Amino acid sequence: MDSALLIHRLHFAFTATFHYLFPQLTMGLAPLIVVLKTIGLRRNDETYHQAARFWAKIFGISFVLGVVTGIPMEFQFGTNWSVFSRFAGGVIGQTLAMEGMFAFFLESAFLGLFLYGEKRLSPKAHWWSAMAVFLGSWLSGYFIIATDAWMQHPVGYVHAADGSVQLSSFWELVLNPWAWWQYAHNMSGAGITGAFVMASVGAFYLLGRKHVEHGKIFVKVGVVAGCIFSVLQLFPTGDGQGKMVALNQPVTLAAMESLFEGQPGAPLVIIGQPNVDEKKIDNPILVPKMLSFLTYRRWNAHVQGLDAFPPEQWPQNIPLLYYSYHIMVGLGTIFIAVMVVAVLLLWRGKLFDARWMLWLLLLSLPFPFIANTAGWLTAELGRQPWLVYGLMRTADGYSKNVSAGNGLFTLLGFMGMYTVLGILFLFLIRFEIERGPEADRAAAH
Amino acid sequence: METLWFMIVAVMLTAYVVLDGFDLGAGIIYLTVARTSDERRTVLRAIGPVWDGNEVWLLAAGGTLYFAFPQLYASSFSGFYLPLMMVLWLLMLRAIGIEFRTHIENPVWQAFFDAVFFGASALLAIFFGAALGNVIRGVPLGPDGYFFEPMWTTFKLGPNPGILDWYTVTTGVVALVTLTVHGALYVAVKTENELSRRARGVAIMLWPVQFFLTCFSLGVTYWIRPSVMDNYRAHPIGLLVPVVVFGSLAVMMWAAPKGKEKRAFIASCVYIAGMLVGAAFALYPVVLPARTAAYSLTIYNTAAGHHGLAVGMVWWTMGVVLALGYFVFVYRMFRGKVRLEGGGY
Ligand code: HDD
Ligand code: HEM
Ligand code: HEM
Repeated sequence: MDSALLIHRLHFAFTATFHYLFPQLTMGLAPLIVVLKTIGLRRNDETYHQAARFWAKIFGISFVLGVVTGIPMEFQFGTNWSVFSRFAGGVIGQTLAMEGMFAFFLESAFLGLFLYGEKRLSPKAHWWSAMAVFLGSWLSGYFIIATDAWMQHPVGYVHAADGSVQLSSFWELVLNPWAWWQYAHNMSGAGITGAFVMASVGAFYLLGRKHVEHGKIFVKVGVVAGCIFSVLQLFPTGDGQGKMVALNQPVTLAAMESLFEGQPGAPLVIIGQPNVDEKKIDNPILVPKMLSFLTYRRWNAHVQGLDAFPPEQWPQNIPLLYYSYHIMVGLGTIFIAVMVVAVLLLWRGKLFDARWMLWLLLLSLPFPFIANTAGWLTAELGRQPWLVYGLMRTADGYSKNVSAGNGLFTLLGFMGMYTVLGILFLFLIRFEIERGPEADRAAAH
Repeated sequence: METLWFMIVAVMLTAYVVLDGFDLGAGIIYLTVARTSDERRTVLRAIGPVWDGNEVWLLAAGGTLYFAFPQLYASSFSGFYLPLMMVLWLLMLRAIGIEFRTHIENPVWQAFFDAVFFGASALLAIFFGAALGNVIRGVPLGPDGYFFEPMWTTFKLGPNPGILDWYTVTTGVVALVTLTVHGALYVAVKTENELSRRARGVAIMLWPVQFFLTCFSLGVTYWIRPSVMDNYRAHPIGLLVPVVVFGSLAVMMWAAPKGKEKRAFIASCVYIAGMLVGAAFALYPVVLPARTAAYSLTIYNTAAGHHGLAVGMVWWTMGVVLALGYFVFVYRMFRGKVRLEGGGY
């Protein structure tokens, strides 16, 4: 591969992956903060208000990181993918600009109010500012997903005389069916992150017998929300997303499953290593006919394999794609199991004493981040070799006027910068967790 | 339609500079004006609830630029690759400085983050000024509509200019001084006593510098690019803009020493807006002049398709009304002087 191309891809992949660590947390926490505020308001319970304030602080820190790592994302369309931008800007510029106008203004304006304005606003108005932050972050998610979905499944465009594509139907663009499934699945994935993080911090407090009242609230809210989102993640959203892929990108599905030969009654591989050279899976553990059933709801349906497509249309990195996909699905299954058991324990009133379960919740913290990252890797690697599916190849989209050396320089710069950011972020979060939810807010700001 | 979008993008960028300008400026004067830890916290609180929202204007303007003139976005962002990446890093450092300063109570780290906040703010002001200078001076666009500029070449205005040459360094310094004054006036408005007086002092002290630099930069701009006057000759109404610029400078000179910080601050907003609108007026309809005039990018050869632009007008109008509503609301909520005691905010 051309080294400039490789560097621009890594550049985008690295910054996007790092960026998404933060929005998934903020988008996941936002609805939970609204829940905490609502209960606090209803029961007039100061403990819940304190809990909401505590999570608002964590939200605020993650938000800043989300913003500063998000700005480079938007810039990179122009800096590193200028040929692509010239080609597709007439269409995806719509959703990106709408994100700025509708979501970012809303979110940032009301976050300022929410964090700094509690003493100045009435409790109701403060609740509404939490709601506005929630709405803003979820809207932002929609517009960016709609952008990505258009690249996965372009709709509502026409070819213009100068070779670019231009918008022909606004509604087709924003109502892209791919976008809706992807959005539902992705937001539920963010919800999982928020819920697991909340439950994990709660479990930490309970295990250490500090801030026990708050710890119980965190575990309770986290576990209930985690259970709901984990189930939604598999069905209907994961299932629906899979159907979109099967329908519109059959070659991607074949590669995700590493199904080298099309067959009726295709088996589902649980574990195994794809071997692209010999076109087979080494050491597989299979569930017969399962893949046919999952995809088409018929045990004997024919599933197309990679052999049905010329190799230049195959995603380039099949093993990574396959592993990412299986890590996502595997973790998703484990999440459901953990959360269902936790909810049962909660229901029987035993959760707060079940130390093994609290340990499990505590240690589960990194896994939603891994699952979300693996999911994005699946989506983005699966789209290859296309940048815009069927319209533009990735190899044609990068900035030809930015040399590989300059790209490498800034990639390394970002790596260094993000390492520092990551360390500082963890440090601050640890500091807030140590300080706990009862700390006086005025002292912090 | 293209003209309308040109105006919209210009207005959004102006809004960005006026708004984020004062918190950048607050960062620039921060070390000199705010001496005690309490004073520093006061300055940070004066910008705390709004700086992030101000920065969104940059994003929204960028998004709108991308949407309306994708070709311009592609060419300029890839051509200005290195300085843009540095702007990104500086924006990051600045956000870290502000945010971590407020969370960490250790004086050593506070001193460190204070310095980061100051340095990043000052460099950003210079970069933004230099960026504007590049756009006015023109860049080495090729026939394919792309170019690449190194950080600097010989600091002369040859056919192969760098991002930095004597002209763009000048515009960078103009921006630095302008935003310093702007931020000083904002801090003077938002704070009390010693702090407010010191901030005002900075603004008054720098006024002659600002006046001189304004005249100087307008002069050299005409000298290196006489065509900037074409639009003014064709539409003399545009000459109102320089009148407004100098008028607002005069108001600043008159109001600041009298303790009318608010008026002086508003005049400074008008001054900045006037400078930027004047530049946009001079460029139109060119959006990125090439050193070889034929390759210049104009609003016509960079705009998106008509359907997209028409649809955009509908949602953009709704969006901007909402955004202005939020801003008015937030600034009203946090109006008045900042005090440290008295709880919450
Ligand atoms: C907590 C995170 C998480 C979990 C547990 C799962 N997913 Fe997922 N998945 C995502 C997070 C995610 C994601 C990050 O949100 C992705 C990446 C791109 C996107 O829009 O959503 C995604 C994409 C994605 C795709 C699309 C790939 C493509 O576009 O090529 C499919 C088919 C699935 N998922 C299916 C599933 C199934 C059947 C799961 C079983 C439980 C599952 N996911 C669990
Ligand atoms: C935040 C979640 C995301 C992650 C983790 C992610 C990850 C990745 C990865 C790993 C690649 C490299 C693929 C390869 O080189 O083989 C990539 C490429 C890319 N992605 Fe994403 N992506 C995310 C969201 C998005 C969104 C929302 C968009 C569009 C708006 C997008 C647009 C692109 C583009 C333009 C490229 C470069 C071209 C390419 O290599 O395909 N990504 N991303
Ligand atoms: C790869 C393409 C992406 C681009 C160009 C991008 C762009 C941006 C930008 C510019 C910001 C800063 C906004 C501000 O100032 O408030 C931001 C933050 C944010 N992004 Fe992204 N982003 C990308 C991927 C994603 C994905 C995949 C999601 C989730 C679905 C997402 C969700 C958010 C959210 C919710 C925020 C608000 C800040 C936060 O909550 O941390 N972004 N993004």
